[in-house]
Amino acid sequence: MQRARVTFEPTQALWRVRLQLLWRGLKSTWAMFAESKIGLTGLGIIIFFILLWMLWPIYPWLMERLAWTPEELEAARNAPYGAISSIYQVYDPVTGYDPLIPLEENREGNILPPSRRHPLGTDQYGRDILAQLMASTGSEFTLGVLAALITVFIGTCIGAITAYYGGFVDTFFMRLADVFILFPLVSFLIVLGSMMELTLLKLALILGILFGFGQITIILKSQALAIKVKPYIEAAKVAGGGHFHVIFRHIIPNMLPLSFLYMMFNVTSAIFSEAALSFFGLLPGARTTWGIMIDSAHSGGYILGGRSFEYWWLWVPPGVAITLLCSAFYLVGRGLDEVVNPRLRKR
Amino acid sequence: MARIWQVLTSGMSKYIIVRLLQIVLVLYLYMTLVFIILEAQPGDITDIYVGNPKITPEAREAIIKQLGLDKPLHERYLNYLKNFVTGHLGCSFKWGNIREVPDPVCREQRPTWDLIKERLPRTVLLFLTYTIISFYIGFFLGKLIAWRRGAIIEYFSTVVGVVLFTVFTPWFALLLVWIFAVNLGIVPIGGFINPDNWRVVERVGTVSRDMGVSLSNVVFNYILMWLGGLTLVWGVIYLVSQRFPYAWQRRVARWGSVCIGLLAMGAFFGGAWPGSADQAVIASETRFNFFLWQLEFPAGTIPLFPLALDFVQHMILPILTLTLISFAGTMLLMRNTMLETMREDYVMAAKAKGLPDQVVRDKHAARNALLPVVTSLIFAIAFSVDGGVFTETIFSWPGMGKLLLESAIEQDYPVAIGTLVFTGIFALVAHLIADILYAFLDPRIRYD
Repeated sequence: MQRARVTFEPTQALWRVRLQLLWRGLKSTWAMFAESKIGLTGLGIIIFFILLWMLWPIYPWLMERLAWTPEELEAARNAPYGAISSIYQVYDPVTGYDPLIPLEENREGNILPPSRRHPLGTDQYGRDILAQLMASTGSEFTLGVLAALITVFIGTCIGAITAYYGGFVDTFFMRLADVFILFPLVSFLIVLGSMMELTLLKLALILGILFGFGQITIILKSQALAIKVKPYIEAAKVAGGGHFHVIFRHIIPNMLPLSFLYMMFNVTSAIFSEAALSFFGLLPGARTTWGIMIDSAHSGGYILGGRSFEYWWLWVPPGVAITLLCSAFYLVGRGLDEVVNPRLRKR
Repeated sequence: MARIWQVLTSGMSKYIIVRLLQIVLVLYLYMTLVFIILEAQPGDITDIYVGNPKITPEAREAIIKQLGLDKPLHERYLNYLKNFVTGHLGCSFKWGNIREVPDPVCREQRPTWDLIKERLPRTVLLFLTYTIISFYIGFFLGKLIAWRRGAIIEYFSTVVGVVLFTVFTPWFALLLVWIFAVNLGIVPIGGFINPDNWRVVERVGTVSRDMGVSLSNVVFNYILMWLGGLTLVWGVIYLVSQRFPYAWQRRVARWGSVCIGLLAMGAFFGGAWPGSADQAVIASETRFNFFLWQLEFPAGTIPLFPLALDFVQHMILPILTLTLISFAGTMLLMRNTMLETMREDYVMAAKAKGLPDQVVRDKHAARNALLPVVTSLIFAIAFSVDGGVFTETIFSWPGMGKLLLESAIEQDYPVAIGTLVFTGIFALVAHLIADILYAFLDPRIRYD
């Protein structure tokens, strides 16, 4: 029997059709997402932090133009201690030191209150707080997003595969998920951090794997099970699609909205874990992070000391930054939840 | 025989047995995973002596041999499993022996199991209390804000909830310490007991030497046992009273048992306990200073009440912090599940019947939204030991979390690993209890 050959003349190139469909999908999703004020608030905060991150390379340059007078610059170049050759040395998040600090009136040690040259003051080593805050933003983002990407990648693939094949594969990965759900993550990271030198990349990998095999696999698997029984999967199989083709071209693309949603929640937990670990000084591989900033204020005795709130600029900004960034991703997740899950939408 | 087999393979029993076997499997997987990760670490334990000129290579060899690190991998693995099954979790590097008769294996060192036995009740009391409080508040508020969707209260509590849910825990705890302890001075900054209140009571002689515990542990365990026992008795009375035909009978049984229980507990702690000759040594002056009042006790007695009050005073701030942090999660979860149940037909039917709003909300919608919240309650208890690290460290509450962090930082590996594995076991057992409870609550699960 000769196979009927269907030929059609496309009026448009395939990629343009796909792009148009994608654009239309994005537009309708955005319309639904924009309805929830919660999600928009979260997105606004994320954009604010991205701007902060992008401003970081030109921050010293800006300060040189806006805050420093020529006399101050000259004095800093000829300072008896810590003389600078370029303004970038003052605003380095790790080694920075303002050579004009010894000349300041209202200082204690190297701590300066918020002032013209240092909008958020300096810490006990004379480093600019805002510079540290900006420099850390990048690493927090990278870690959070990288860990969440790994998590979602593992969760989506394993969820789809277990739902598709079932049987032994299913049982094995579900029992493994039980182990990972009950994994005492914080304790484990603390013990691990005391044994090996954790860098941010390693931490992102570990967090990604630990979250990825856990609860997210179960959630995404149930989604994949619902997709597996849809008629178009049947159609794809009848049309001669292999296992690989069906899983990766038909099941996974339909799981992606939910995966994306859970990615948002995972960014929150990853950033939180990182901040907590560095707060306890168990992340020696990191240069500077928000957690380390709070830790150095705490271990220097500037939080619970006698005149504690006098030095609020040492520990309030990083704490607020962690809280804001974590809640921003959570809020975006909540906003997306109302898009993905129709039952939560307003009446 | 056939009858037993029939019982075992039917419904609930079958479900429990299957879950039990699965939990054993999961426990085994967990312990293996921990072992693999530990083995994957570069170097060995003697690497900390590399820079120490007093430890010669021969001495390092001897340490390796003594710790059994020269044995092949499979032998060490079997040894590791055997030790956990027999309950021997190794000897601490840091903590010295405090018993009169030292442990036969550890001799001058303190066994890890001994440390865990001492620390676990403290963590359990702190975390059970806050979990119950925060879940009740979260359940109540979540129910309310879901029911009044779109009102200003929903927007406000969602914002507050999200902020509290995502706030950086150590930072928030420090903030509360700063407000309540440093500035207002109404609660202690941290710690477990106020040594000034305990100095008058010396360590209980024989008890401290034989059991490796001091008087503070004895008093603390009394509190825990009383609270646990009362909760258990009250739960049984609650279940029994459900069969009573009249509402007033149920009310009398429930509230009466609560009152009698609290009175009995008060009587137990309120009396001045005579110290027996070999047990209690009481200093001449027994005066206790609390921020509200001064207490005096006759010489030669153990005043349990002020000692118990000392713990309570130190628990206020940690419990406040933990409750504030964690009720938000329950509230948001309850709101979501409640929003879903409110769309069900039976809620619509109840409303159409003309039932009062409050009855529809509490009896029809909220009860059916409760199941996921119960699950998350059990998970919260399971993770209490794990998540306690932050709070316990900041409030210097000497529980499991603080033990883990301290031993990890000071490289006291036997204690760190023992605590880590025990935390996992604790979580697994809580998970098993959750599963069984869940199957009782929702019959659909056990006939799966």
